[in-house]
Amino acid sequence: MSMTQTAQSTELALELYERMIRIRAFEQKVQQLFKLGKLPGFVHLYIGEEAVAVGACSVLRDGDRITSTHRGHGHLIAKGADVERMMAELFGRRSGYCKGKGGSMHIFDFGLGILGANGIVGGGIPIATGAALADRVLGRDNVTIAFFGDGAANQGVLHEALNLSAVWSLPVVYLCENNQYTEWMRTEDITAGRIADRAHAFGIPGVQVDGNDVFAVREAVSAAVERARRGEGPSLIEALTYRHLAHNEGEEVFSGVYRPPDEVDSWKARDPVVALRRRLEDVLDVPAAELDALEQRQRDHIESAVETAEASAFPAPEEALDDLFADRIG
Amino acid sequence: MRETYFVNAIAEALDQAMAEDERVIVLGEDVDRSTIGATKGLIEKYGANRVRNTPISEATFVGAAVGAAASGLKPFVDLMFSSFFYVALDQVGNQAARLRYMSGGQVELPLVYFAGTGPSGSAAAQHSENPHPILMHLSGLKVAFPSTPADAKGLLLASIRDPNPVVFLLDLMLAGEKGLISEEPYEIPLGSATVCREGIDVTVVALGSLVQKSLAVAEELEAEGVSVEVIDPRTLVPFDWETVLTSVRKTGRIVVADPARRTCGAAAEIAAVTAERCWDDLRAAPKRVTWDDVPVPFSPVLEEAMTVSPEDIRRAVLAAVGGERGATVSA
Repeated sequence: MSMTQTAQSTELALELYERMIRIRAFEQKVQQLFKLGKLPGFVHLYIGEEAVAVGACSVLRDGDRITSTHRGHGHLIAKGADVERMMAELFGRRSGYCKGKGGSMHIFDFGLGILGANGIVGGGIPIATGAALADRVLGRDNVTIAFFGDGAANQGVLHEALNLSAVWSLPVVYLCENNQYTEWMRTEDITAGRIADRAHAFGIPGVQVDGNDVFAVREAVSAAVERARRGEGPSLIEALTYRHLAHNEGEEVFSGVYRPPDEVDSWKARDPVVALRRRLEDVLDVPAAELDALEQRQRDHIESAVETAEASAFPAPEEALDDLFADRIG
Repeated sequence: MRETYFVNAIAEALDQAMAEDERVIVLGEDVDRSTIGATKGLIEKYGANRVRNTPISEATFVGAAVGAAASGLKPFVDLMFSSFFYVALDQVGNQAARLRYMSGGQVELPLVYFAGTGPSGSAAAQHSENPHPILMHLSGLKVAFPSTPADAKGLLLASIRDPNPVVFLLDLMLAGEKGLISEEPYEIPLGSATVCREGIDVTVVALGSLVQKSLAVAEELEAEGVSVEVIDPRTLVPFDWETVLTSVRKTGRIVVADPARRTCGAAAEIAAVTAERCWDDLRAAPKRVTWDDVPVPFSPVLEEAMTVSPEDIRRAVLAAVGGERGATVSA
C-alpha cells in the first residue's frame, strides 16, 4: 500500500469505526435505560451486528434508501439518523422522529431515505421494492437496500419480491442479517438450505459474507449496489452475524436459556467492533488514545441525547388524533 | 355529456390522470389486457414503463405501491377482485394505512387501490367480498364506493390526486351499467354524499348497487303514499355525516342498505352514529338491511337468499314508517 492509500484506508476505517461505536454506545445506553424501566414498549438491540449496517450504508449516497426492521437502531444510525431525535422517540416525546407515535420499532426519516424500521417481520421488503420501482420508472440511479433478518427470509414476500424485482431489474439489494436465531428458535431448524442460495432460483446473484467484518460487508454490498445502479437488477446478500443480546430486552423472564453459552462466547470473541479497533491499532497504527477519545465523544453524544430526550415534553394527549391523513394542497 | 359504461368512466378518469401527471403508474395482474376493463388501452398509450403487469403476488405489489408512493410515484393498483385485499392485508393494514401516522405525519402516500367488489353472480365466497367495513375500520385509508358512472369518474380523479391511500371500489353489479358523464376531467370531492332522491318520511342510506335498488323501491312506494329520501354517501372514509344527519332530522327515520355482512358493517356504524346524534329526532329505531353473517355462497338460489334484494329494502322502509321498533332486516 502506498502512503496515500494507507491514509485513505485509515480515514475510511475511522469513519466506519466511529459509526459502529455510535451504534454500540446508543444500544448500550438503551439497554441500561430499559433495565431502569425508563423506556416504554419493546426494545430489540443490535449489539454484535454493527458491521452489517455500517458496512452496507457506507457505500450508499444521498438519494439512496433503506428499509429496516424491528431491530433497526443500527441501520438508522448507519444511514445518518439523528440520535437525539431517535432517543426522544424511544422516550415517547414530541421531539422524537415520529412525535411519539412510532417508538423503537417504527422510526422513519424519509428525508434521509429511511423508509422506516418496521414492526412486521419482512414488512419492509415490499416497500423497498416499491422505492426501487419508483427509481426505475422515474429514471433515477438511486439504489434501495432492504435490511431483514433470517426470520424474514421465510416470509413469502421475500420470494415474491425477489421474483418481481428480478423480472423488472429493479435497483434493490436484499440484505439478510443472519444472526442465527429467529426469535428464540434456531434458524437452521426452521430454514431449508442456505438463504443466499435462494437468489439462484430467481437468476440473480446471491452471496454469503462474514457479517462481522465491516470491510467484507462493504465489498459485497458495493458490488451489489453498483450492479443495481448500472440497471442490472437486484441481488441477495446473506451476512452471517450474531446478536450478543436478547431477541428483546427483558426476554429472560420467559425465554430460559436457548443458546449454548460457548456459542455466545465464540461469537463475542469475534466482536466486530473489537475486531475493527484491533485493525486500526495494529495494522493502521492509529494511537489507542485517539480511539479512546473517539469512543468517549460518541458516548458523550449519546448521554447528551438522553438528557435532551428526558427533558423534552410528551405530546399533548389530543395529538393522538393528528397525522392520520395529509391535507391536499391545490 | 355522453353515455358511457361504468367501467369506461373509470378508464377515462385513469387515462386523464395519467395524461396530466406522469407520476401516475398502473400496477396489477393483466392490466395490459384489463380483466375488468378499467385499464384498457393504457399500455398502448403510456407504455410498459408506466403500465406494468405484475406476477400474482398481491402482498408484494400492494406493498411496493407504498414504497413507490413514498418515493415519488402515484400508483394506481388494480387488485381485480376486492377479496384479494385479504391476501395483501399486512401491506394494507400494517403498512399503507400506518406509515403516515406512525411516522408522525412525515410522508404522503398518494396511491389508489382499485378493485371490483361484491357478488357478480356465482363467483362464490372468494371472489364476492365487500371488504369496505374492514377497510373503514383500519383507519388511515380513504374508501370510495360510487354508484354511478359520473360519480365514479369524478371520485377517481379526486382519489388519484389525493395525497393519501384511497381504496376505490367498483361494485361489479354496476360494471356494465351506463350513465351520462362529461368528457373533460372533473372531480367529486371525497367525503361528499349526494341526495339521489328527496323525500319526507324516511331516509334510506344505500351503498354501491343498492342505491339503484333503493331508488326503484322509493319509486314504487311513492305510489303507495310513502315518501323516501335516498342518500348515497359515495365515500365511506371520509363520511359526509352532515348530509345524512340533516336528512334524518327531517324524516325521523333511517334505513341503511349495506351490501356487506351485518356484524360490524358500514350499516352498523351509520345506524349507531345516527342513533347517538339524532336520538330526539328519531321516530323509529334505525334499521339495517344487510347480508346475513355468512360467506357469499355459489348457487344462485343461495346467493340471492343472503344478499340484499329490493324486497328486503321495501320491508325495512315499511317497518320504519310503521314505527316498528328494533327490527333489523336481513336478506
